[in-house]
Amino acid sequence: MIISVLSGKGGTGKTTVSVNLAISLAGKDEKVLLVDADVEEPNAGLYLKPMLEESLPVSIPVPKIDRDRCDYCGECANFCQFNALAVAEGAALIFPELCHGCGGCVLVCPKDAVQEDTREIGVVEKGWADSIKFWQGRLNIGEPFAVPVTRHLKSELANSKEHTIIIDSPAGVSCPVIEAVRDSDFALLVTEPTPFGRHDLEIALKMVEHLGIPHGVVINRAGEDNKIISELCQERNVPVLLEIEFSSRLASLGSTGVPFSKVLPEWQDKFFEMYQAVKEGCSCAS
Amino acid sequence: MQIGVTAAGKDLESVVDSRFGRCAYFLLVDTETQEYEAVNNPGSSAGGGAGIKAAQAFLKSGAKALITGQPGPNAFKVLAAGGVKIFQAPGGKVSEVLDLYKNGELKEITTPGGPNRGHGSR
Repeated sequence: MIISVLSGKGGTGKTTVSVNLAISLAGKDEKVLLVDADVEEPNAGLYLKPMLEESLPVSIPVPKIDRDRCDYCGECANFCQFNALAVAEGAALIFPELCHGCGGCVLVCPKDAVQEDTREIGVVEKGWADSIKFWQGRLNIGEPFAVPVTRHLKSELANSKEHTIIIDSPAGVSCPVIEAVRDSDFALLVTEPTPFGRHDLEIALKMVEHLGIPHGVVINRAGEDNKIISELCQERNVPVLLEIEFSSRLASLGSTGVPFSKVLPEWQDKFFEMYQAVKEGCSCAS
Repeated sequence: MQIGVTAAGKDLESVVDSRFGRCAYFLLVDTETQEYEAVNNPGSSAGGGAGIKAAQAFLKSGAKALITGQPGPNAFKVLAAGGVKIFQAPGGKVSEVLDLYKNGELKEITTPGGPNRGHGSR
């Protein structure tokens, strides 16, 4: 089963939920794999402090011009939707940082002058945090395209089917998020009881509805203002699966890098209870 | 000779657009006859790589000189590969900067500006 943890708004507690859920499942002897798919700034490792054992480079294809064959016709530049190529008389220029690696320029070149080279844009790292299997993707600084790293991370999930897989997604609803959460069996939408939290939750709800992923909501920093979220959930018929109260105890643990369920075991029960509800509501339930 | 000016509008009374990659039009002006033609800049609507797209279109126009604000590094590379001389406009109307150009009062730009000066930065 794959559970993805996402939010519209940033900073609502995706990583808090992912990490505490992983710890709670591991505490009940479940096999669990936590995947930090926020490849632009993976931070679940700050809480789990995993031992990373493997580092696999992620590359994308980029064009290379054979100057002996190129007659500067410009077909490649004309084809490229991302303006990664430009052709002048006697010069073909490549802008690798704009290339999405689609390979179209190789196909359209009438002289077979465009070849495929590769460029490393990040890594996938694998290791363990006690009994929790831990993977993360890291996009190199300055690289604009996160999706290939996320895709690489997810391409290997099929080999971990015996695990409950938790995907810690980036914030927002852009391409890297969609790549992270697609094909999940359940989506946990983490939000906070503020107007921003509600606004961005609505956007995230639209996305998971569009992707057809069963979903539920976690309200973090819950308290007096919960109504702003619970009313929306009622309207949209979305279950609120867990509330994490706004307390200085939880906040101070978080700020020192300690997942609260590690020191407050009653939270492991709450997260496990949520997991049971997720299992019931998920698309893999038979 | 033909010279291109980045412009906000389609005629010589339009203001010069200081952006290269995201300008609305290239005004292609014949410096002898003052005849001109406005060409849409396809870079203005590009998701990314606007400067490259604009520069590629500019090369196609055949003009060998350009008056603009300050092209970014990618556009500069493409324009330089095409042998285009670039002159910096102080602002004002197209007709005004053309006069400055004819009097030799515009400075030639030989180094690119910083990246992502336009609106298309990701």
